[in-house]
Amino acid sequence: MNLTDLRWLIPEFIVAALAVTLLIVDLLTSEERKDLVGWVGILGLAVAAVAVVRTLLDLGTLGTEGVRILADTYTVDEFASYFKLVALLTTGLVILVGMDFFPRFTRYPAESYTMLVFTCLGLLLMASASELVLLLLSIEFVSLTSYLLAGYLKGSPKSNEAGVKYFLFGAATTGVMAYGFSLLYGATGSTSLYEIAPKLARIGPVGVLGVGMALAGFGFKVSMVPFHQWTPDVYEGAPTPITAYLSVGPKAAGFAALVRTLFVAIPAEAVDWSFLVAVLSALSMTIGNLLALPQRNIKRMLAYSSISHAGFMLIAVASAHSAWARPALLVYVGAYLFTNLGAFFAAILVSLAVGSDEIPDYAGLSQRAPGVALAMALFMLSLVGIPPTAGFFGKYYLFSAAIDAGFLWLAALGVVNSVISLYYYVGVIRAMYLMPAARPTPIPQPAGLRFALAVAALGTVALGVFPQPFVTLVQSAQRLLAGF
Amino acid sequence: MSILTITLFLPLAGALVVLFLPQDDHDRIRRVSLAATGLAFLASLAALAFFDFGRREIQLIEQAPWIPAIGVQYKVGVDSMSLALAILTTLLTLISIIYSLRVSERVKEYHLLFLILETGMLGVFFALDFFLFYVFWELTLVPMYFLIGIWGGPRREYAAIKFFLYTLVGSLAMLLGILLLYFNMPPGERTFDVLRIIEARPLSGAGLLSQLAFWGFYLSFAIKVPMWPFHTWLPDAHVEAPTAGSVILAAILLKLGTYGFVRFSLPLFPEVFQQHAQFIAVLAVVGVIYGALVAMAQTDLKKLVAYSSVNHMGYVMLGVAAAAAARGRADLAGPAATALNGAVLEMLAHGVITGALFLIVGVIYDYRAHTRGVDEFGGLWGVLPKYGAVAITAMFASLGLPGLMGFVAEFLIFVGSFSVLPVHTALAALGIVITAAFFLWTIQRIFLGPTNPKWMNLPDLDRREAWSLVPLVVLMVVFGVYPRPLVEFLNLSATQVIQLVGMVR
Repeated sequence: MNLTDLRWLIPEFIVAALAVTLLIVDLLTSEERKDLVGWVGILGLAVAAVAVVRTLLDLGTLGTEGVRILADTYTVDEFASYFKLVALLTTGLVILVGMDFFPRFTRYPAESYTMLVFTCLGLLLMASASELVLLLLSIEFVSLTSYLLAGYLKGSPKSNEAGVKYFLFGAATTGVMAYGFSLLYGATGSTSLYEIAPKLARIGPVGVLGVGMALAGFGFKVSMVPFHQWTPDVYEGAPTPITAYLSVGPKAAGFAALVRTLFVAIPAEAVDWSFLVAVLSALSMTIGNLLALPQRNIKRMLAYSSISHAGFMLIAVASAHSAWARPALLVYVGAYLFTNLGAFFAAILVSLAVGSDEIPDYAGLSQRAPGVALAMALFMLSLVGIPPTAGFFGKYYLFSAAIDAGFLWLAALGVVNSVISLYYYVGVIRAMYLMPAARPTPIPQPAGLRFALAVAALGTVALGVFPQPFVTLVQSAQRLLAGF
Repeated sequence: MSILTITLFLPLAGALVVLFLPQDDHDRIRRVSLAATGLAFLASLAALAFFDFGRREIQLIEQAPWIPAIGVQYKVGVDSMSLALAILTTLLTLISIIYSLRVSERVKEYHLLFLILETGMLGVFFALDFFLFYVFWELTLVPMYFLIGIWGGPRREYAAIKFFLYTLVGSLAMLLGILLLYFNMPPGERTFDVLRIIEARPLSGAGLLSQLAFWGFYLSFAIKVPMWPFHTWLPDAHVEAPTAGSVILAAILLKLGTYGFVRFSLPLFPEVFQQHAQFIAVLAVVGVIYGALVAMAQTDLKKLVAYSSVNHMGYVMLGVAAAAAARGRADLAGPAATALNGAVLEMLAHGVITGALFLIVGVIYDYRAHTRGVDEFGGLWGVLPKYGAVAITAMFASLGLPGLMGFVAEFLIFVGSFSVLPVHTALAALGIVITAAFFLWTIQRIFLGPTNPKWMNLPDLDRREAWSLVPLVVLMVVFGVYPRPLVEFLNLSATQVIQLVGMVR
């Protein structure tokens, strides 16, 4: 190993140092000034984001799509950098929103910010890990901090339930995944994704079994059917900013790891997983959607919808044969980041004001908080995929990838599911705009939340109306450092 | 910036201004909205001045890259059909805004939505890039959902979501069709450019894929038209929508479907369309007769007008199907062009006439009697002479009385279609009889006979209502008596489309 290789790890070092610094800052600040911890966290994440952009530029000057370091266990490529930016942005926005949320519910808000930064470090590792053990460790790292975050509100039984449930499901799926990894290792004699690839063709059914079991672990992280059962209860019980975080951060990183593992280590000639993934995608889309239909609680509705969106993202993974597959995934993840975070932020704002997560309590929001209602309506339409929003652009890419890869039936099923989803997303719009308010008084809008909402809304519109710069980014970031 | 771009974005600019006006400054909101729609109307008329009447092809083209990475561009242009429909759009939106000046509930949102809707509709008629087209196509859905859902009648929520769900099914099916076209272009030439795709016809001879893409487009357009049996959203939406919303729905939004058939389905899939033309003509005829019979059974005037739309759009589709069926027959090229010309003219005529009819329903329902039961009036012409004259003219125009706009269009459709699809046409002629019957019966029940004393003190048309209704009646008469310039104008695009349909690649 070469010491200069360490410069590729600067973003990770920054985030790790930041997390430790936050612990110290937390110790030194008085109880009223815990916001300082959050601000330092956001600042540090911004610095780390700059460092990621630096790595991207460095890769550009080297004229390569990526480098392998630390004895091939860690791959810094444009693909990973994209997901690192997603993780940093998500973490920053959630901390910002958390500063308006946690102080109202707990005496110790600052530890949640620290914990989020630790989780972010795990997400960065997940995006780059190219060796089974490191992959497993980074997934576990993210899981552990996520369990804590889900159960963060000690006084709330639901939050406790969320933490425990998440832990039990997570522990089980990690076990299965570890077993799958050990099968792959046993059969190929290597844990490096790059070395597994050429050997996999010879190993036959063991490989299939290993891949299938590994899918369980990724499926858990991204809430894919049939590993989705934890999602609604955890999403409902966890503090809402954490729900927002879980629905985007670990999900995106899970897809990054899944795609790297499948595309790099398991060539489709060896084990044709694309049909299997297509079936899982169809199941996730449909089951998530159908279960979302009767929900009245916005967090549960968004939980089931996030299962369905995981199914949509899997369309891109299944379409691996198409050149559109990875761009489609990246575009969809970007669109989903802004849209879904925005939807949760709006839900936080409403629940802080009216003390409820029930959709009927959104009645008359268009009169009580016109801007928030408009933004929420925008997010709902984007989740359906109505142009000109980011969500439409994402779905457009997904359907393109599916058709290009010959999965017309999957695209058609995606269409059917989009129509079904309209019904429950519009339920929120209906409450906000069509139903009269119980009390027409304006509701308070904390500044941090408003800013985060504005960022999400702007992102949702900008990706829909002027996607060209974003497409340029995605087209370079889709380049994944493949094997030999 | 071309005149089309200006026309297209004037309403959106108005919407932006309205967005930043304070919520309770109703006067200024109304004035901005009136100015934006008025200017858009003038701009669309000005486009006529730039239009080269000697050319049949699409012209006034403006293009700029939008998302070059995937071959998407901003490209707009018009031929005579789309320009005529665009002018219809700006006129009817202006009239709807004039009529809506009295709307006092949630004024800001109302005008905002109307202006966005106008840009959406114009965009559909102007767009020459499938991606752009699709964006505008969907852009019309959301405002209409809100217009029905917020300002509609008692069953507004049901009607609004039904409208949204139905049309979204169609749109997404069309999206798959568009993507099939895109991915079947030779690699390296992949584009969303409508003209180039029509030229290349990537799916001709591609068997199943071609069928799938055709039916994807078909579903989208047929739901919008709406063709029987996809019409069930229409009565709900039309009846529950506020008056101006019904006007726009009937006059413009239904035309998006028939426009789609003429602009896209015919030239893109001529073989497949011809293959199924008989079947589609049957659906059209069923729509004609079914719509007329159901309209006859209505006691709610608004519902009656709504079902008469199903009937009239059936004529349009008959003309389109005839044009498709005549492909490859040199002897039928003339009748096919006539039928298509009639179909396009019927789109305009139906827009003007049914737009007026919904306003007429609104005049009596919104601010006067608050009922629209056909049987609850009687002798109304004596009480409201101006209103009666306008209403009776519009109803005569709708039933196809010679000398009014509707007749010319239907006559052309029947003359043209008869040589191609004689049996269908003969059956459709039955529809004319039923239509005449129910409109005459309606006139008799509402305007003639003994005066219902309950309505003795109703005021006649006020200025706002007159300003919105009289121009439409004038158009019905003018183009009914002297249709030649309009027919010749529309013939430009009709002959061009027929030529594209016949073109063998």
